Amino acid sequence: MRAIAGLYGFVAAAALLLWGVLAGLEHAAGGPADRTLIVFNWGDYLDPSLLQAFEAETGIRVVLETFDSNEAMLAKIRQGGTPYDVAVPSEYALSRMIAEGLVRPLDPALLPNLKNLDPRFLNLPFDPGNRYSVPYFWGTVGIAYNREALGEGAIRSWNDLWDPRFRDSILLIDGVREVIGLGLQSLGYSLNDTDPVHLAEAKARLDALKPNVRAIVGDEIKFLLAGEEAPIGVVWSGDAAEVIDENDAFDYVIPEEGSNLWFDSLVIPTTARNVAGAHAFINFLLDAEVAAQNTEYILYSTPNRAAMALLPPEIRDDRRFYPDDATLRRLEVYRDLGRRTLAAYSELYMAFKMHRK
Amino acid sequence: MGTALRWLLFVPYGAWLLIFVLLPLGLVVVTSLRDIDGAWTLANYERFLTPTYLAMAGTSVGYAFLITVITLAVAYPAAYLLTRTRQKAFWLIFLILPSWVNLLLKTYAFLGLLALHGPVNALFLAAGLPERPLLFTDFSFLLVSIYIFIPFMILPIFNAIEEIPPGLIEAARDLGAGRWDVFRRVIWPLSLDGVRAGVQAVFIPALSLFMITRLIAGNRVITLGTAIEEHFLVTQDWGMGATIAVMLVVMMAAVMAVVGRKGERT
Repeated sequence: MRAIAGLYGFVAAAALLLWGVLAGLEHAAGGPADRTLIVFNWGDYLDPSLLQAFEAETGIRVVLETFDSNEAMLAKIRQGGTPYDVAVPSEYALSRMIAEGLVRPLDPALLPNLKNLDPRFLNLPFDPGNRYSVPYFWGTVGIAYNREALGEGAIRSWNDLWDPRFRDSILLIDGVREVIGLGLQSLGYSLNDTDPVHLAEAKARLDALKPNVRAIVGDEIKFLLAGEEAPIGVVWSGDAAEVIDENDAFDYVIPEEGSNLWFDSLVIPTTARNVAGAHAFINFLLDAEVAAQNTEYILYSTPNRAAMALLPPEIRDDRRFYPDDATLRRLEVYRDLGRRTLAAYSELYMAFKMHRK
Repeated sequence: MGTALRWLLFVPYGAWLLIFVLLPLGLVVVTSLRDIDGAWTLANYERFLTPTYLAMAGTSVGYAFLITVITLAVAYPAAYLLTRTRQKAFWLIFLILPSWVNLLLKTYAFLGLLALHGPVNALFLAAGLPERPLLFTDFSFLLVSIYIFIPFMILPIFNAIEEIPPGLIEAARDLGAGRWDVFRRVIWPLSLDGVRAGVQAVFIPALSLFMITRLIAGNRVITLGTAIEEHFLVTQDWGMGATIAVMLVVMMAAVMAVVGRKGERT
């Protein structure tokens, strides 16, 4: 009995000691709130050497956490367990965050580098006047395909994916909006269609695609394609750029029927504890040289005009990733469809995944 | 003085149980009774009984069953041989070692190994066989799952066989039992507790696998675990996610009851 009482004593003492050490450490680090910055970003969406540069410049320690879908990011911010200081939603998630009061207004006085941005990417409908957000990267959804295996120009449109030649050849990115969206657009409907009849048609159309689908995967789609696991992938433009960078047999097309145009923005959630640090971080990322380096690392399209000037022409003039205005007009931006419609999308998507060929 | 102290000693575990097991479970049940707008409803359970979810439940149970049976078939002889080797500790460490490596890391390693132009297919080519797609097949899904679960099956079986007094086996031999009879009538029944523990340690997590289903099976295998993830993270339909979780708990309880009862008195 005494031994057990001793054990309790030991555990209590150890807990107290650790608590004391933690408090001491936090004190030594200058308090947790203003010396650290918790950044919530997409996986592999920031040049890690820039984080070190920012830490060296400001003395703020950056804690990076990542997510792999807007929905997952929203769920964690809404739930509020971690005091994120900066987050990177896409436009439809951003509208939702603004509507739910999850983001705080930015202070333009603390963001002098705003002048570097291309005005075409400012004042967009999802955040008029950029009260809450600053554009980070933009891009499209499209098809990366192996032109050496399939032939130059083998794929131009969503509907080409249904060609029986491509049996077991397609990797799809695991995203509800992307997959249902390609079903809708192949039928000529909008990406933001909410009509249950059209959605059911899209689902049937997608089921017919199933024999050609090898797998539905996440971020690993990049190295699977680059390793030629499959010749065709439905991907975000920046992922395609990375695949092409590693394996130049690949090409990227924006489908003829149209596709998704998206914008990822930097915001400060209301959970933030280091608001000044968050502004400093956003302003740092808007710096021309920083943004250029980041763009060369991530290979998505930058909205930063000053950075564009610093990029090598083979990136800057690549029409696949900086499409001309005629192509841009064919693209649609996702609208926030509301929870009920998103639930309907998800249900169809799950049924599509369950569908056996 | 005995009872008072005993109650006192139960307090920490009792509190643990209440705060980290019973309360969350209660919350899950309450959540499962709410619809997407937070109103009380039984509709989630009705939805579970539609073909999509029933098929998913069927797939989950089917794969979990296959994984458990094959794991048992691999692990039992291994555990048995392990008790017969001289350097038990060494071989045991050798078998357990892979479970020290992070699960996600191991899964990614398989992604490389099984790739179309990966090392396994290179071996096929060297043997004069054509390359074949190994990833995103039922075969690769089973292979990786079984690989991951094997240590959890070997350990309890190994312990159970170790605990059989050697005298019993010698006595059986002396009384004229052949090798097979000794195994069938002495070792197998006495190791059943280990088998039962192993089956539970494999079947229950196998029922709610979700990461391997995407990475190795490319979402061709959809289990209830995947659906829970989807509902909590993507759809934000926590009610439906919780309903599936409740159904999983029910299914697990049923498995425990069946596995537990069978060996009560042989």
